[in-house]
Amino acid sequence: MVTFLIIVAIALASLAVWQLLRVFEGTAKLKGGDSFVPTDAENKYQGRMMLLFMFGYFAFFAWLYVRYAPHLLPESASEHGLVLDQLLNFNFLIITVVFVITHVFLFYFAFKYTYSSDRKATFFTHSNKLEMLWTTVPAVFLAVIIVYGLSAWMDITAEAPEGSLKIELYPKQFDWTARYSGTDSVLGASNYNMISGTNPLGVITNASLMAMQQELSDEIGALKEELETVPKGGLKEEEITETIGKRERQLARVSSFEGLEKASLVAGDDDILVKTEFYIPVGQSIDFIFRSRDVIHSAYMPHFRAQMNCVPGMTTSLNFVTRKTTEEMREMTGNPEFDYLLLCNKICGAAHYNMKMIIKVVEPEVYDQWIAEQETFAESIQPADEEGMAEATKVTGNEISMIEQ
Amino acid sequence: MATATAHNTDHHHEETFISKYIFSMDHKMISKQFLITGMIMAVIGMIMSSLFRLQLGWQGESFWILNFFLGDKWAPDGILDPNMYLALVTIHGTIMVFFLLTGGLSGTFANLLIPLQIGARDMASGFINMLSYWFFLASSIVMIVSLFVETGPASGGWTVYPPLSALPQAMPGSGMGMTLWLVSMSLFVVSSLLGGLNYVVTVINLRTKGMSMTRLPLSIWALFVTAVIGVLSFPVLFSAALLLIFDRMFGTSFYLSDIHIAGELLEQTGGSPILYEHLFWFLGHPEVYIVLLPALGITSEVIATNARKPIFGYRAMIGSILAIAFLSFIVWGHHMFITGMNPFLGSVFTFTTLLIAIPSAVKAFNYITTLWKGNVRFTPAMLFSIGMVSTFISGGVTGIILADSALDINLHDTYFVVAHFHIVMGLSAVLAMFAGVYHWFPKMYGKMMNRKMGYAHFWVTFICAYGVFFPQHFMGLAGVPRRYYTNSEFPLFDEFIGMNEMVSIFAIVGALAQFIFMFNFFYSMFRGPKASQNPWGSNTLEWTTPVEHIHGNWPGALPTVHRWAYDYSKPGKEHDFVPQIVPLEEGELDGGAGH
Repeated sequence: MVTFLIIVAIALASLAVWQLLRVFEGTAKLKGGDSFVPTDAENKYQGRMMLLFMFGYFAFFAWLYVRYAPHLLPESASEHGLVLDQLLNFNFLIITVVFVITHVFLFYFAFKYTYSSDRKATFFTHSNKLEMLWTTVPAVFLAVIIVYGLSAWMDITAEAPEGSLKIELYPKQFDWTARYSGTDSVLGASNYNMISGTNPLGVITNASLMAMQQELSDEIGALKEELETVPKGGLKEEEITETIGKRERQLARVSSFEGLEKASLVAGDDDILVKTEFYIPVGQSIDFIFRSRDVIHSAYMPHFRAQMNCVPGMTTSLNFVTRKTTEEMREMTGNPEFDYLLLCNKICGAAHYNMKMIIKVVEPEVYDQWIAEQETFAESIQPADEEGMAEATKVTGNEISMIEQ
Repeated sequence: MATATAHNTDHHHEETFISKYIFSMDHKMISKQFLITGMIMAVIGMIMSSLFRLQLGWQGESFWILNFFLGDKWAPDGILDPNMYLALVTIHGTIMVFFLLTGGLSGTFANLLIPLQIGARDMASGFINMLSYWFFLASSIVMIVSLFVETGPASGGWTVYPPLSALPQAMPGSGMGMTLWLVSMSLFVVSSLLGGLNYVVTVINLRTKGMSMTRLPLSIWALFVTAVIGVLSFPVLFSAALLLIFDRMFGTSFYLSDIHIAGELLEQTGGSPILYEHLFWFLGHPEVYIVLLPALGITSEVIATNARKPIFGYRAMIGSILAIAFLSFIVWGHHMFITGMNPFLGSVFTFTTLLIAIPSAVKAFNYITTLWKGNVRFTPAMLFSIGMVSTFISGGVTGIILADSALDINLHDTYFVVAHFHIVMGLSAVLAMFAGVYHWFPKMYGKMMNRKMGYAHFWVTFICAYGVFFPQHFMGLAGVPRRYYTNSEFPLFDEFIGMNEMVSIFAIVGALAQFIFMFNFFYSMFRGPKASQNPWGSNTLEWTTPVEHIHGNWPGALPTVHRWAYDYSKPGKEHDFVPQIVPLEEGELDGGAGH
């Protein structure tokens, strides 16, 4: 009913305007004015509006700046971020000057040269000098911006230095898991065929491999039993047969991991998986690598001026050096609840907007203590009474590359 | 020229309602068909943006109007469903970029202006032109139908990156809605190619006597180059869509690899979602210029006519159109700086992208210089054109920041990007489209639009447009990601609650202001005062045709062109304009000849 009334109201209002216009037009015709081009009064009025708008626009900009500049991202928490912020400010300086100058000319000329019937515009078709000027001046500024920008880009995207702390960030719809390499500083091999309830990242170790093979064989066994009970030639039979085929192929792929180097099959045992929040030490280079379980996600850490897409089927990476602990940042911002965040910044589904993880930057001692308290991957997949077994696995680490397929 | 001369204008064929208004092969009617269809799509896209702005402005609050439009399934108790939020964002983007600013803008003005401004009786092929419209309409209908499927329309963002868009398990919108999206876009590409080929051929072959390429109005240059870009880049989108259809339907793995989703292991391996991104943006970036160049062309015409002054640097304007068109093909990677691409490749794309700033700057400075010492007449079209120059600059300068791969790291996919492309591409093109409609309405319908309503429409639209998008730069700089249903999970962004509210109010007021335009448009179509032949005192050929539309455009012979299109306020002339059909006097130099 409300909807209906609103539609009626809109219709009536439109009718009223329509009628009003007819009256206006009638009177315009009576006065005999040429109604096609704007009258002098209209031109004058619009010319002033142009100038007024310009001031309004600049005032709006200034107000937004004063009001919101204090609430932009605080000083960078990573070393390279300081360079980026400088670069950003340099760029902003240039574009703000360009923005203001061009707008002043645009609106001022519109105002200054408002139509008058007793004046003729200047017939000025082109000027090679002027055009050369505004081709070369932007070109020079751009050259500076390009050189400055690219030198920063090359530094940021350089390989992580030796001895960086290696962390894998692994997203899925809709949460993150962080994986640390443990005492051996080597991330164990992983593969999406190995993903199960207890092994969310598909880490390949001797134990997880056996468990996965067992789980798949059990499932295949159960499916085969079920196949006996369903009627022959039905849809159900087809479905089960298909599933059996899938699981058998998966089992074959999983079993092929037995052929991996011995060292890589134990590197994952001491890996540490954490959710919700993860710790990193201050003043250290952190080397992040990213995979994805399902769709494209993007690891966005705005306070560190860092972002990288996480793409299923490939590995991406980025690294930075931390420079301020969470505590220091809390003091600096005056916000006792401040926390560094990892956000997902690539549309990934319905709950995209709450896919986050808290990053705690702490003193190295605090970090060492924290990491020592975490459960290793081997412990997490062992039943409680076999925990001792995981202790036995110790690895000397050569770099073991991730297994893609 | 064969088609043009074969056309006998004295011969009147009987026209039925159907052959005149529906299956028309007349470029002027097809132009109007594109415009009206584009307007209907724009209203849908605009309502969608108002709906999701309600959610973003007052997050998680209940609005009966959401429930009214979306029903109990997608807005139970008036609270927007997160999946529907993403769907609205996706379809809003798709409609505005493709249906309004590609089909609507190029379709309307290329069809109207190309034959009229080059002095041709019609397009090279009227039949292909008609097909182009019908594919466009079919594509629009499929897109609208996709809004009503049970799992909702496509909702993976307007770029529909796989695997999200490839797997129905990933989100409800990747089901039937996504299939229809792909079908619609495929039809759209066909429409665009048929139209584009026709525009290119017409401009090359059917120019009237004396209309050399260096006498063409800039609007035609822009539309011509736009068509060339479209013909070269749209097929790539077609292939991207086709491969995505294969991945979705036939189990291929062009874009899929190593995926474990919704508890299920997929067997597709070896593909890469990044391949899709490359294919998509190979169209996607030229697409920006497919949207922008016609806008710049329209603006050039309107500004020169209403400043009563030649467009400054005509040849430089042509040169920058060509430079922009060329560069637009080698910059697509700047959408992918953080996909893990080789950093060296990233720096190449940074370099090429920043180069675009040079021809763009030339254009902006030339517009401003055209106003200098002009005699500026503020028709509504002129206001919109000046507004367009302002948005082109405001949005253009932030492009310099986003083009810098290093700076893009932290701004990628934040509201800074939203602000940038809405201002530089969306607003510029929309404002120019309005300018075009106000300017050529007398040519389209033989009636004048109401000027007072035009002024009101401009100021409310222009102020609201900046009110919506300018503040979003600050949100982006604070790290607020785009496409978030709500920021309530992040106390970090609480400071922007007020800003979101303000933006939403501007958005909704701005949307309502468009009804002033709609009203003016339809009212003037029926009740507007009858237009004169050349109401704006313009030089170009379309104003030498009779007000009443006739087949073949000119009664009798085609006009002959003797001069460029910008002899405004030429010294020694009686009027402040000299139409292109006026022969040069003895010893008079043609302004376009470059001296």
